[in-house]
Amino acid sequence: MANYSTNEFKAGLKVMLDGDPCSIVENELVKPGKGQAFNRVKLRNLMTGRVGEKTFKSGDSLEGADVMDLEMEYLYNDGDMWHFMKTDGSFEQYAVEKKALGDTEKWLKEQVPYVITLWNDKAISVTPPNFIELEVVETDPGLKGDTAQGGSKPATLSSGAVVRVPLFINQGEVLKIDTRSGDYVSRA
Amino acid sequence: MAIDWQPSASLETLRERAQLMAKVRTFFAQRDVLEVETPVLGQGGSTDVHLVSLHTLARTDKGQRRLWLQTSPEFHMKRLLAAGSGPIFQLARSFRDGEIGGRHNIEFTMLEWYRPQFTLDQLIDETATLIMSLLPSFPGPLVHYRYRELFHTHLEVDPFTTPLEKLRSLAAKRAQMPAQSLAAEGRDTCLDLLMSVVIEPQLGQRELSVVVDYPASQAALARRHQDADGQWVASRFEVYLNGIELANGYDELIDAAEQRSRFAEDNAERRRLGLPEVDVDERLLAALDHGMPEGAGVALGIDRLIQLALGKARLEDVLTFSTPSC
Repeated sequence: MANYSTNEFKAGLKVMLDGDPCSIVENELVKPGKGQAFNRVKLRNLMTGRVGEKTFKSGDSLEGADVMDLEMEYLYNDGDMWHFMKTDGSFEQYAVEKKALGDTEKWLKEQVPYVITLWNDKAISVTPPNFIELEVVETDPGLKGDTAQGGSKPATLSSGAVVRVPLFINQGEVLKIDTRSGDYVSRA
Repeated sequence: MAIDWQPSASLETLRERAQLMAKVRTFFAQRDVLEVETPVLGQGGSTDVHLVSLHTLARTDKGQRRLWLQTSPEFHMKRLLAAGSGPIFQLARSFRDGEIGGRHNIEFTMLEWYRPQFTLDQLIDETATLIMSLLPSFPGPLVHYRYRELFHTHLEVDPFTTPLEKLRSLAAKRAQMPAQSLAAEGRDTCLDLLMSVVIEPQLGQRELSVVVDYPASQAALARRHQDADGQWVASRFEVYLNGIELANGYDELIDAAEQRSRFAEDNAERRRLGLPEVDVDERLLAALDHGMPEGAGVALGIDRLIQLALGKARLEDVLTFSTPSC
């Protein structure tokens, strides 16, 4: 991989830091009136998701990280690994570990496309689509005629996620959920 | 893909900027300070190790020559002072390569003025008066700090006596920097880092902060003197507001021989660091040889001051076209 100097740092650039691939969030030049210039850089560690700040001397460089985002459909879980398939027509499959899956485990649905982040051809994170449609498998019975605002109850969805839904929602209904906030949006 | 041709600042901001610039001119007119315009190009450049000068090739009467774009209008203005101009000010376009960010632009406007016979304290007062006159609300009192005192207060170290190894590890820790990055760096780099990352963001909150008695090694074009503790320090000040450095003033060095040796030291340091050498401004040295009146001068980043006056987040918000979109 190429090396990137601080003056090439920009949001979205993927670099290696302390052995982990990171994504640059923000890069700000810090220069005293009379003195050496520095760069204050915010980086997201792609393995842990944590964001931290680091300082570099201007002109320092970091090795680029071989990180790629690919769209893949979820296939199945074999009890150990979660299997996805590329949507580019190649039918190429990738197995994902629980650690890389993280919170996305509760938003999994077959044949839905996810963004898989690969580092050195190994999946390190899985990002669900912003909105996903899932069926209610368990919730208290709906209140007839109550389509107005007011009140919510927990509902367990087919993926295992539990979300707050309005009182009028029944078991078996398919709902649209915002995966970023975990909020109910509407009936699908 | 659509080409982004729009101005960086809104047209409303540009109208407000024009009003502030007019106020600056009135401020100096009322004080009988002459407005001057000096060249952007010079036959010599700034040897300052930490500034990257731009230069260009021009066809002159002496054939093709390398001319330097000024990093500040200092040299030409000092030649005017030596010629007997009296007090002068300039709103000067200046250039520092590579400096792009929320508070930096490669091409920027420097407000620089010189006051023959002024002491540093008199110039600090005038600088504060000007800054306050441009701000919509009073920023609070003018508070003086000594460089040494700031390091004691915020970091519990002495910038002049703490062992270099300790400064290196403290700077690396406080700036979240790998320790080995500073292994070959001297005191000034460690102090700059601590000043920029730890102290500066806390300066000028609910007050206008002025810092004096910088290390003698950071004198640049200022005189040096012994402070109350007998420590050699630079006769210069910086002004901070909202954690942003706004102005940098000197009790001006007028000794031609001392100036010549500082230029030579800078170029020696440049060679050591593998940086290109910069042509020394022989005409400035000749002017100092002739004699420049004693006095004080200050450079103020007017784009930053306008940014603060208008409450804008980034410098580009007050520039017609920032360097990335020029």
